[in-house]
Amino acid sequence: MDITSDIHSRHISRQFNQELEELKTHLMAMGGLVEKQIQEAVAALLEGDSELARRVVENDRAVNDMQIKIDEECTQVLARRQPAASDLRLVLAVIRAASDLERIGDEASKIARNAGDLIEGDNGNRGFVEVRMLSEHVRRMVRDALTSFARFDTELALQLVHEDEVVDEEYRSAMRSLMTFMMEDARSISPILSLMWILRALERIGDHANNLAEYVVYLVKGLDIRHTDPEDLDKQAITRKD
Amino acid sequence: MSVFSPRSADGGPIIDFDPVSCCLEIEGLSLAYGETPALRELTLRVPRHRVTAFIGPSGCGKSTLLRALNRLHDLNDEVHLSGRIRLEGQDIHAPEMEVAELRRRVGMVFQAPNPFPMSIYDNVAFGLRLQGGIRKRQLDDVVEWALRSSALWDEVKDRLKSSAWALSGGQQQRLVIARTLAVRPEVLLLDEPASALDPISTLKIEELIRNLKSQLTLVLVTHNMQQAARVSDYTAFLQEGELVEYGTTDTLFTNPRLARTENYITGRMA
Repeated sequence: MDITSDIHSRHISRQFNQELEELKTHLMAMGGLVEKQIQEAVAALLEGDSELARRVVENDRAVNDMQIKIDEECTQVLARRQPAASDLRLVLAVIRAASDLERIGDEASKIARNAGDLIEGDNGNRGFVEVRMLSEHVRRMVRDALTSFARFDTELALQLVHEDEVVDEEYRSAMRSLMTFMMEDARSISPILSLMWILRALERIGDHANNLAEYVVYLVKGLDIRHTDPEDLDKQAITRKD
Repeated sequence: MSVFSPRSADGGPIIDFDPVSCCLEIEGLSLAYGETPALRELTLRVPRHRVTAFIGPSGCGKSTLLRALNRLHDLNDEVHLSGRIRLEGQDIHAPEMEVAELRRRVGMVFQAPNPFPMSIYDNVAFGLRLQGGIRKRQLDDVVEWALRSSALWDEVKDRLKSSAWALSGGQQQRLVIARTLAVRPEVLLLDEPASALDPISTLKIEELIRNLKSQLTLVLVTHNMQQAARVSDYTAFLQEGELVEYGTTDTLFTNPRLARTENYITGRMA
């Protein structure tokens, strides 16, 4: 059956309600932090702010700590409550989502590290347009993924699955134009490689946002759509309100 | 019937599987204690050599249903029963079906272990002696086989002549299962078989249930949902005498299709 976002507050045990609500709240807090990390990593590059880049790298530890905390809370719920049905799916979705958010955090830190190198090397503004475009796109994806998680919104989640294909195309086209720069000027190879790593990290963030969307479908519908071609998805089954 | 029957329009039960080979068929079964209805128009099929669990809140009719399967209600004049129950295709209420024979084929184990006040050996041999025509040697073999099948042999083989009452609660329950197995039933009904036992004895009973399904069909009534989730292949959820949802245990405990089921197994208010 379908579940709505208030379902986890209707248990006979209020303590259990609270524990599940906390899982969601903590996941959202982690998501918020990760979003900020992406935004600041990209801003550090575009604004040439090496201090900001350093801070992003440092803050990755906070993201890791949050993942560990969420995992611990999920372990407690599994051990003490033996959740079933939608409760079980929530716990599993939260564990998986926290793992993807942690990886997004790693990618943000990667972006910041490469940004630091680029700022020192004085590379000019080459490739910035591509980075800005892709970063805005994937940030929106992460935000939408978190929103769909918070609202149990499978329609929004399904849009993200398709969005990821657009991101992949943008990534490929950005890589092509950067390769042209490299061919034109051999001295640009090193900074362009750093930019390519950044674009690669952004593309990976899109993939993780896509994963988050898949967990929302699992959580709400009990359908596992991982490793399914987006074209083959049964859209009706995913968005139908039972 | 297709493997995946869609929900009926009138809000009837969801039955999302169709056993390939079925041992018990329950069709339109209604039962009332005097004026009070306990089961309403129940229809379901119990698959052969599998464990099927009936779950539901107290008073939902799950024990009543279990008892109906070997006609334990026969002696209660208050009980009115309609509908059909077939065991391997045979109507269990047909005139040619003898109750004693039915209860040999469909054995039952209750919540509290109830060994007879006699030795371990005599407990297991009881049913066979009642049937008569069995030699001592044969009897020895069957007793050993039954005690081995119920995972009790190693614990009691050196004291078969001592009183069954000297056994622990968990051992007594396995002895009762051995006593039932000795007459080679086709179906074993278990009504809360582990609810009076400690966790280790409970796990032994659960392990036993799992091992027994190669030999017979098991039907389990339990309040303990984790237990149903652990040992059963199929689960039927009953509420107020009605079948609400019946499906594979895998699906029912991860993604039930009805809100009533979801609320019950996750402990939510309706």
